[in-house]
Amino acid sequence: MSLIACKNLKLGYEGEVVAENINFEVNSGDYLCIIGDNGSGKTTLVKTILGLKKPLEGEIVFGEGLSRSDIGYLSQRTDVQKDFPASVMEIVLSGCLSHMKHRFFYSKEEKKLAMDNLEKLGIAHLSKSCFRNLSGGQQQRTLLARALCSTSKILFLDEPVSSLDPEATKDMYKIVNELNKNDGTTIVMISHDIQSVEKYATHILNISDHSTFGTLEEFKKMEESGGNDNG
Amino acid sequence: MAELFSKLAYYFQYPFVRYTLIVGVMIALCASLLGVPLVLKKFSYIGDGLSHVAFGALAIATVLKFSNNLPFILVVTVIVAILLLKSGQKNKIGNDAAIAMISVGALAVGYLLMNLFSETANVAGDVCSTLFGATSILTLKESDVIISCILSAIVILVFVLMYNRIFAVTFDENFSTATGLRSGIYNLVIAIITAIIIVLGMNLVGSLLISALVIFPALSAMRVFRSFKSVTVCSVIISVVCAVLGILISILLSTPVGATIVGVNIVCYTAFFLASKIKKVT
Ligand SMILES: Nc1ncnc2c1ncn2[C@@H]1O[C@H](COP(=O)(O)OP(=O)(O)OP(=O)(O)O)[C@@H](O)[C@H]1O
Ligand SMILES: [Mg+2]
Repeated sequence: MSLIACKNLKLGYEGEVVAENINFEVNSGDYLCIIGDNGSGKTTLVKTILGLKKPLEGEIVFGEGLSRSDIGYLSQRTDVQKDFPASVMEIVLSGCLSHMKHRFFYSKEEKKLAMDNLEKLGIAHLSKSCFRNLSGGQQQRTLLARALCSTSKILFLDEPVSSLDPEATKDMYKIVNELNKNDGTTIVMISHDIQSVEKYATHILNISDHSTFGTLEEFKKMEESGGNDNG
Repeated sequence: MAELFSKLAYYFQYPFVRYTLIVGVMIALCASLLGVPLVLKKFSYIGDGLSHVAFGALAIATVLKFSNNLPFILVVTVIVAILLLKSGQKNKIGNDAAIAMISVGALAVGYLLMNLFSETANVAGDVCSTLFGATSILTLKESDVIISCILSAIVILVFVLMYNRIFAVTFDENFSTATGLRSGIYNLVIAIITAIIIVLGMNLVGSLLISALVIFPALSAMRVFRSFKSVTVCSVIISVVCAVLGILISILLSTPVGATIVGVNIVCYTAFFLASKIKKVT
């Protein structure tokens, strides 16, 4: 039984098909990278898995008792309210809400978890700052810290490094890799950065007219044979 | 100064003056609580539409000669709030048009009904006072005061308990939904509270001015403060202070209560606006 299994998914908006015939599974501990051209439907796929929109066809099965509250999510362009008056700490803490079931207020542990995640991402000193006055990269880190608060099981990252400087990009990959290797967090990441993908991922899903899914080795082999065809 | 106080002391002998102050403070408090989420979620637009619906409902209730209008108006407004919310989740443009349609329609039908069926000679005066609030503060009954206080207490309790979740859902609904928070329910809670606040506020400042009570304190506070908590606390304080000042002024100068409170809020916003500019310069 896999954590998430997608069968014959067809994605799109109001009847307009964006991508189809998508089949893959994610197992616990995997590091899945989703690649594909701009507009191929990567973000749409993740949003569909997360239940933010319905698939046109096909099914998504959650296994191993996975529920929405085990999920962490970092969206691509921030969907958040740009002018919202909110401190970094308030935002990061809100990631804890999904486990709080019937409790109304944050406990000491949750505040500590939030602080730990801020430290992990190197923005503990910004905890009282106003979110809307931060730089793009700092905002990205804040939202990643929130995602970390909401899960240790599976993390969906939609181009997490798109607005980071090279140093921060390296940090981000390192943090995500450590989460995967040390904490056993399953990672589903959308990325254009093939080099890093090959360094860290265990599985690759390529979204295109003929979507392919396989382990990293299979992907590398396919790439080589594809290269041979052209040459 | 002493003269002013003795004049106020004289007025406060009367129960209706005390009622107005109590109800005014409660309503101002409630209205300001939801200010930030409503302004930022573009719900303030829905709020505006709802206040017109409440006016229409009041007209219908008057025609039907209910002994107590409040429950009827409340139910109608809450239902419309939920409907608007549901339609808003489907498509954006249709929603704006629907709100405009419902709000203008309710206003027109309400006015029509009041003209056709009113038993008092002074229709214009009745309409004016439901739109802009009572011209004097004589109109509150003891039962109104009790209902207002109970509803306000419920609104405050629900808001405090749901505070963290309301924050999460207004800040980033997609994340909340994706991580298993039931955003739909919290949006519903926000819609229902909004409807209650609007109906409550109609008594005090009238259906056209109630939006001001929701929006102004939040906008003032957002000028200066930077976290959700500080903005919320600050808008509550601003709102209550403005309401008390407004009511006292209206007693002393016999000006209309609603418009006076809104006037004080405008002055307050201007002050905060200038303060934020000065803060930036220094
Ligand atoms: N809300 C929407 N309504 C209708 N069509 C949409 C919507 N969002 C995206 N699309 C369309 O769906 C297609 C896939 O978009 P998506 O955002 O999933 O691409 P992507 O693979 O994430 O691209 P990128 O690499 O640029 O992030 C695009 O052609 C886009 O125009
Ligand atoms: Mg994308």
